[in-house]
Amino acid sequence: MSDSIPLSLQVPEPEVRPGGKPDFSGVNIPRAGTVRRPDVDASPADFRDLGYTIIRVLNRDGEAVGPWAGALNDEQALQGLRDMMKVRAFDARMLMAQRQGKTSFYMQCLGEEAISCAFQHALSPGDMNFPTYRQQGLLVAGGYPLVDMMCQIFSNERDPLHGRQLPVMYSSKDHGFFSISGNLGTQYIQAVGWAMASAIKGDTRIAAGWIGDGSTAESDFHAALVFASTYKAPVVLNIVNNQWAISTFQGIARGGSGTFAARGHGFGIPSLRVDGNDYLAVYAVAQWAIERARRNLGPTVVEYVTYRVAAHSTSDDPSAYRPKEESDAWPLGDPIERLKNYLIGKGVWSDDRHAQFAAEVEAEVLAAQKDAEKHGTLHSGGKPSVRDMFEGVYKDMPPHLRRQRQQAGV
Amino acid sequence: MPRMTMIEAIRDAMHVTMAQDPNVVVFGEDVGYFGGVFRCTQGLQQKFGRSRCFDAPINESGIIGAAVGMAAYGLRPCVEIQFADYVYPGYDQIVSEAARLRYRSNGDFTAPLTIRMPTGGGIHGGQTHSQSPEALFTHVSGLKTVVPSNPYDAKGLLIASIEDDDPVIFLEPKRLYNGPFDGHHDRPVTPWAKHPLGDVPEGHYTVPLGKAVVRRPGKAVTVLAYGTMVHVAEAAAEETGIDAEVIDLRTLLPLDLDTITTSVTKTGRCVVVHEATLTSGFGAELCALVQEHCFYSLEKPIARVAGWDTPYPHAQEWDYFPGPKRIGEALINAMEG
Repeated sequence: MSDSIPLSLQVPEPEVRPGGKPDFSGVNIPRAGTVRRPDVDASPADFRDLGYTIIRVLNRDGEAVGPWAGALNDEQALQGLRDMMKVRAFDARMLMAQRQGKTSFYMQCLGEEAISCAFQHALSPGDMNFPTYRQQGLLVAGGYPLVDMMCQIFSNERDPLHGRQLPVMYSSKDHGFFSISGNLGTQYIQAVGWAMASAIKGDTRIAAGWIGDGSTAESDFHAALVFASTYKAPVVLNIVNNQWAISTFQGIARGGSGTFAARGHGFGIPSLRVDGNDYLAVYAVAQWAIERARRNLGPTVVEYVTYRVAAHSTSDDPSAYRPKEESDAWPLGDPIERLKNYLIGKGVWSDDRHAQFAAEVEAEVLAAQKDAEKHGTLHSGGKPSVRDMFEGVYKDMPPHLRRQRQQAGV
Repeated sequence: MPRMTMIEAIRDAMHVTMAQDPNVVVFGEDVGYFGGVFRCTQGLQQKFGRSRCFDAPINESGIIGAAVGMAAYGLRPCVEIQFADYVYPGYDQIVSEAARLRYRSNGDFTAPLTIRMPTGGGIHGGQTHSQSPEALFTHVSGLKTVVPSNPYDAKGLLIASIEDDDPVIFLEPKRLYNGPFDGHHDRPVTPWAKHPLGDVPEGHYTVPLGKAVVRRPGKAVTVLAYGTMVHVAEAAAEETGIDAEVIDLRTLLPLDLDTITTSVTKTGRCVVVHEATLTSGFGAELCALVQEHCFYSLEKPIARVAGWDTPYPHAQEWDYFPGPKRIGEALINAMEG
């Protein structure tokens, strides 16, 4: 063994750090419309290539092209634009509210609005999302009241979760939105279990799991894929690859795997990769995967290629680990701009109408905020009762909690 | 009344609940076709079909995580972790998810699931088949933790657990599966058929969660025990001739504090026993509660007899296991002065 060379640890690094020139030349982006659309009942082995490419519908000229185009009519696309604009306006207001001390914490989804907004419209009533903290678009597109979201963020007296959960960890069974844990990856396998339950009961409902690129490294991601694969669970396993897990670039979680979508292949799960900033492509792929689940053909892995434009959360400063110009250099553009240009090109939208709607949505969000603030913010006004802190740990309060509530004097 | 082993009683509890409620499903490693390594689920797949009782991949966080999702859907999963020693990969799903789902969603979603696990030592299982991790669950808000000591209770408590609307950790002392065990490992095994608590009624009945029972009435000293240690403590009382009152806690959380304080107030002395390691064990909680609620009745400091703070050994099992001799010594000591 005397001729052995010393081993060395190989730690991946992103192409560029602060001060460097952003470079996405390594991201292989096919022209819109060039990726084929298999039948939903095609054998997964016959379209493994779709886990390595990027399905895109909107081209540079704002046209919808290729076999994945045509899934939405103009009214539906307009609705998508309005939903995304509402989410963006909501995020901006809540970011400001956090800066003003009205809540402790906030998380935006800037640049990723298309993914959750489009996906929600592809679901049917009764289906269930198991979201991460960056899918507020599911609730907004699903018509959940903005004021209820805000009351949760402010942990005020009207907070549907009674002040028990960190801001943005919403829950609404009625809107197909499972309670967000805040732990990473745990809910992916729960989505599979929920879907298995629907199959056990012989129902027609399907589940959607959500996870970020960084959290695919969690063991529960692999648990979810094993269970989904074994029992052919009616579930769509969404991976939002926004390139950054706080300060950690996606290469740390991805390792030697070509793409995150390709992880599905080892489990025999069909896997698609889609332009996450293309509302029309996201909807078309979501619809395809949801139909597969609904027809009992089993799970689908979908990787949404996108970029986290904002900080991870209000506690994060991305300038410390990535170039400030990087989001502008992101080659897939902005989802709102792209859908707007498409709709203008179709003659059903205009810059004036866009500006007018932006003002309307701003007013709607502001009015909701005023309404929510009547019920208090984190440090002022109405608060959830301290007595309530002891409720809901169990269905019926056990004696030791009753004693502790007495001790607390509430 | 039929005589049952603890295995048969546990199986019967699942049989009864599955027959009554189509939402009860059973799964885990080897539990389907084969019926479990301890045979607790034998015949359930044949009777109720593969969608109600099935084999799972060897992935405890997957088993428990999937069960959380199913419970949120409206099912009542009763899953098996093959040995309690294997539960740790699923611990996050128990602590961060099942236990908190009702609270964090304000009741929007709940997790009515039961997690069965063989627990404890006495079978030469070494450190990976002998642990008693109950304190890791009693420390978690939102869980209930149950440890039966006999077939009658095992069936009634398991039915109550499956029907409970909160997540329940159901620890089955594996040394008791086939017969009561008094700690005398060198003596022939007694079958449950010869024990009165091996009489198990057919059909549905429950033993309520949160209720302890006085297993051996006595006036001299209170012994707080659960699982296998109930039988070992009874043997220690007989062998020392000390009139000990042995309380079988049955449910650790919620705890039946009234039964404990009534007894200790009467006897003025208390010995706490468990197989699990001593430090930060559930016995520490029991001692704290007894001194808090019975301080002025106590004649002596509360004593603890527990597993040593080492990993569970293989060759030295009977030096580790808190047998009747160690408990007997604690009883004698408790009576002095």
